[in-house]
Amino acid sequence: MHWSQALLGGMLIGGAAVLLMAGLGRIAGISGIARQAFGRGKGDGREDRGWRLAFLAGLWCAALLWQLVRGGVSLGVPQVSTPVLLLAGLLVGVGTALGGGCTSGHGVCGIARLSPRSLLATAVFMSFGFLTVYVLRHGLPGALS
Amino acid sequence: MRLAIGFVAGLLFGFGLIIGGMTDPARVLGFLDLAGAWDPSLIFVMLGAVVTTALGYRLVLARAHPVCDTGFHLPAAKRVDRRLLLGAALFGTGWGLAGYCPGPVIVSLASAQSGVWIMFVAMLAGWLLVDRVVAAS
Repeated sequence: MHWSQALLGGMLIGGAAVLLMAGLGRIAGISGIARQAFGRGKGDGREDRGWRLAFLAGLWCAALLWQLVRGGVSLGVPQVSTPVLLLAGLLVGVGTALGGGCTSGHGVCGIARLSPRSLLATAVFMSFGFLTVYVLRHGLPGALS
Repeated sequence: MRLAIGFVAGLLFGFGLIIGGMTDPARVLGFLDLAGAWDPSLIFVMLGAVVTTALGYRLVLARAHPVCDTGFHLPAAKRVDRRLLLGAALFGTGWGLAGYCPGPVIVSLASAQSGVWIMFVAMLAGWLLVDRVVAAS
């Protein structure tokens, strides 16, 4: 992929984060938004569910529109087996709930605010992402494929 | 109005993830594979997103309040603790295993592939598990 396309994608993500802050005063952290939309959440999670569900509907509509225009499977396909996806999902769920954010909340919005917590969280999850792929592909190839 | 802003923000965010390549786990894993055929393009997604957000936040947060609320809801937590570090480490491990972080998982549900739904249900279970344990403690 050309770097300019990646940059454009990033700028759209940033635009969405700015819009959410300008309009509703909220951080565009997807794990937090989804958690509070689906689950119990904390604080105002219950009362303020509407815009969160609308945000998630926007995410789905983006994918549906994209598939309509580009046709068929254009979103990429899972690369690992079902047990690995289950384990990965559980780790991502527990991890983002404990750590209070994911790639969007910490990695984009938090770093943009120069939050020390988010800078550190991003450094840690990126490092563990690199480490995990290294171990699976070069340390123990085939271990979980 | 609040719903419309939420929806449009989600739409933009979704297009950004798709155009940026974040919904393709093969590409994400290629980015995380420093020792292999490393694909650095996702750095530009991060760069574009962080710079746009940082510039936009500067303008927005200088205002008295957002358009549809009486104040900004910024995270109150300041402390770096074990919970933050443990959570980030677990999340990074899961991200490295499958190549999906939460946004792309949710966007990709629309592609109706069973693997994405499996990961989504497991992720949801993880969120509910932590909410329950924290609520109980």
